[in-house]
Amino acid sequence: MTDLIVRAIGAPLDRIDGRHKVTGAATYAYEHAIEGAAYLALVQSTIAAGRIASVDATAAHALPGVLAVIWHENAPRLEPLVPAPPTFQDVESEALQSDVVAYRGQVVAAVVAETPEVAREAAGLLAVKYEEGQHDVELRAGRDDLETPPRINAGHPTDTAAGDVEAALAAAPVSLDQTYTTPATHNNPMEPHSTVAIWNEDGVTLYDSNQGPHLIRGNVARVFGLPPERVRVISPYIGGGFGSKVLPHPHLALAIMAARVAGRPVKLALTRQQMFAIAGYRTPTIQRIRLGADRDGRLTAISHDVVEQSSMAHRFAEQTAVPSRLMYAAANRRTTHRLARLHVPHPTFMRAPGECPGMFALESAMDEMAIACGLDPIELRIRNVPSAHPESGLPFSSHGLVACLREGAARFGWDRRDPQPGVRREGRWLLGSGVASATYPARRAPATAIARVDRDGTFRVLVGASDVGTGAWTVLTQIAADALGQPVERVRVEIGDTALPVAGGAGGSMGTASWGSAIVDAAQKLRARLLELDDVIPAGGLEAGGEAGPNPAAQQFAMHSFGAQFAEVRVDVDTGEVRVPRLLGVFAGGRIMNAKTARSQLLGGMTMGLSMALHEESILDPNLGDYANHDFASYHIAANADVGAIEVAWVEEEDPHLNPMGAKGLGEIGIVGTAAAIANAVHHATGVRVRDLPIRLDRLLDRRPPA
Amino acid sequence: MIDAEITLRVNGSERHLVVDTRTTLLDALRERLGITGPKKGCDHGQCGACTVLLDGRRANSCLALAVAHQGADVVTIEGLAGGDGLHPLQRSFIAHDGFQCGYCTPGQLCSAVGMLREVEAGWPSVVTSDLDTDGIELTPDEIRERMSGNLCRCGAYVNIVAAIGEAAR
Repeated sequence: MTDLIVRAIGAPLDRIDGRHKVTGAATYAYEHAIEGAAYLALVQSTIAAGRIASVDATAAHALPGVLAVIWHENAPRLEPLVPAPPTFQDVESEALQSDVVAYRGQVVAAVVAETPEVAREAAGLLAVKYEEGQHDVELRAGRDDLETPPRINAGHPTDTAAGDVEAALAAAPVSLDQTYTTPATHNNPMEPHSTVAIWNEDGVTLYDSNQGPHLIRGNVARVFGLPPERVRVISPYIGGGFGSKVLPHPHLALAIMAARVAGRPVKLALTRQQMFAIAGYRTPTIQRIRLGADRDGRLTAISHDVVEQSSMAHRFAEQTAVPSRLMYAAANRRTTHRLARLHVPHPTFMRAPGECPGMFALESAMDEMAIACGLDPIELRIRNVPSAHPESGLPFSSHGLVACLREGAARFGWDRRDPQPGVRREGRWLLGSGVASATYPARRAPATAIARVDRDGTFRVLVGASDVGTGAWTVLTQIAADALGQPVERVRVEIGDTALPVAGGAGGSMGTASWGSAIVDAAQKLRARLLELDDVIPAGGLEAGGEAGPNPAAQQFAMHSFGAQFAEVRVDVDTGEVRVPRLLGVFAGGRIMNAKTARSQLLGGMTMGLSMALHEESILDPNLGDYANHDFASYHIAANADVGAIEVAWVEEEDPHLNPMGAKGLGEIGIVGTAAAIANAVHHATGVRVRDLPIRLDRLLDRRPPA
Repeated sequence: MIDAEITLRVNGSERHLVVDTRTTLLDALRERLGITGPKKGCDHGQCGACTVLLDGRRANSCLALAVAHQGADVVTIEGLAGGDGLHPLQRSFIAHDGFQCGYCTPGQLCSAVGMLREVEAGWPSVVTSDLDTDGIELTPDEIRERMSGNLCRCGAYVNIVAAIGEAAR
């Protein structure tokens, strides 16, 4: 592989789609002007378990403007789901295929009409009768029916073990055994999941909001029994996803079925309320952490046991304990994942699945352990950094945790911190600060790209990638420019369309590494061909295809980003209100592709981490069998006034084993550890250890020490 | 269903249209007039993505029924700059990377324009410390407070505050 000469890479280039986004010219899925489009409205089940007894569409059909009413008895048949039990992708790709209701909010019928107002009115006129069954929606660690999934998300083994944890814990002079919980949280991208479906003689065209058009195409082709080339997915602008738009949700199949039944293009945008049932969410977790250490704070045992939930129809096991497999050294260790299958909506990916909730627990426990050992929490972490991956034994391709902790400590002024909790007060406010580590894997997925040059010397790079707000479009332009040896002004990158070369989605922080590697390969091949032609561009232009597979170096190295999160909090002594005037995150994420968009990615992750720490909680009503809060009034995400100063920094990291660009991916690590840093700071401020997120007022007030 | 004929002045142009009386101003703009800059994020006035300038003041267009605004003057993101150029706030949002996915951005920008007018007019906010001064100082806390009706899930608030602060100088 030729070395990439870095010129454009790293520069704080403004987003190339910025002008479109600030002028309203960026066209999101629902906004493509489609002649003759009809509107789809959905009807959701009002029971959590049972079956549909009958659907009476008489009143709906009588409404002028109604074009079709679809439910399980008259819906087009989709391809049977194989294998059985079906994979996660398949389950979310189908809708209206049986009378079974597996969760409250499941779509049971849909109405197509001339206008959105009529569709909605007609949906309200449908009479759906149910035979209600007994629902079971309560996640408890003590359930006797917990499943051991065969694998967990991202293909990790379900359980791991080494040494003798019980003996090590029994022998440890310092030990901890605590349970931490995180609630269900909903991704809530600002743009609701939306699809416009258009059938024509060639197949079906979708204007769809997703995190990877080729991923969507594959799933749609499978359930509709179409060859992939008859499915076109066009997705230039995406209003956020945070994991919830990686794979299809039922609205996609519904829009496609409705367009076929109505014989018209059909538009569907989920309502914000519907997104709480049918667009995925992060499972709640119950995490028992046990740690053992010798007197100088060297860990002898790490045990992380996780209980979480999945739906009746499919098994999605978040990899919550996975970060505990690599963060710290200890001879005796174990991790387990158990799953309760409940009458709940399908949990899926949400920003940093696994690492995000798992590191809240582990990093809270490390803070408690530091206090128990009488050590500074940064020092405890540094003492336990492993020299190689603790489970696989593979060396790390680069390991920036210590550098991040030290750099962060210097920037934050950590050396001035008095470790004693609950002793700093300024007026009504108790003050505290906290720290936590962050980690996220640096992976790569297969991708292809085409680089071409036109007669006029303009370069175009085509890749079926997706920019969900990450800045990928801009970053890929910078990578392409350097790979082609051209200034960015002469390079145009096209993304967001299945007409472009096959590539994976914007997920797992893999986008830059995967798409960028394919682009570099294509660009280098194009340059080689140009060289053969003495740089004379043929009249018809010239192009070259490139590809990149999984990274072969992943067999020899453990590859991870690391980071250190610092938080300063103020807690109102009377109300328990927590404010976060300052966050600092220092990250080691390989080479930075664009200093401006990289900072924004990390800022955004930390902001969502703050939101997770203090605000976000989907509350299950056991009687209703559903999440009771399902809008922005009752599910609060951090607003502007909730966020104070956030400082983002990174340490220089040259890692030759990753990819030609040396990038690790930054989409997720920013959210990892933020909530633990805040919870640790709250403890430092108040002396109250909150082990259950979010850090609500009642969780502080009920337990505060006497004034 | 009852239809009503209305006239709106949108970004300086008279627009005549027939709307279902249940049609929100947001849906009238997006679905009837093809003006898709204002976004639908929640349809309940909880996220601010649909913010437009309605008769000069910022408003959630999802909470307004089109039929109730006969003759109103509406400025959306498309009309903010009043030409091919960019409004200073638009330039500042690009320079400070005050957005990521861009879906809340038209609402943030229209809201910021309206907000700066409110500050100019001397309207206090809950964080305004001195109600007796002649001019309100546009501190970061004032911007944060006044812009909290516009949610951003990408978490660009820090950059939004910087962008507005600079553009307002």
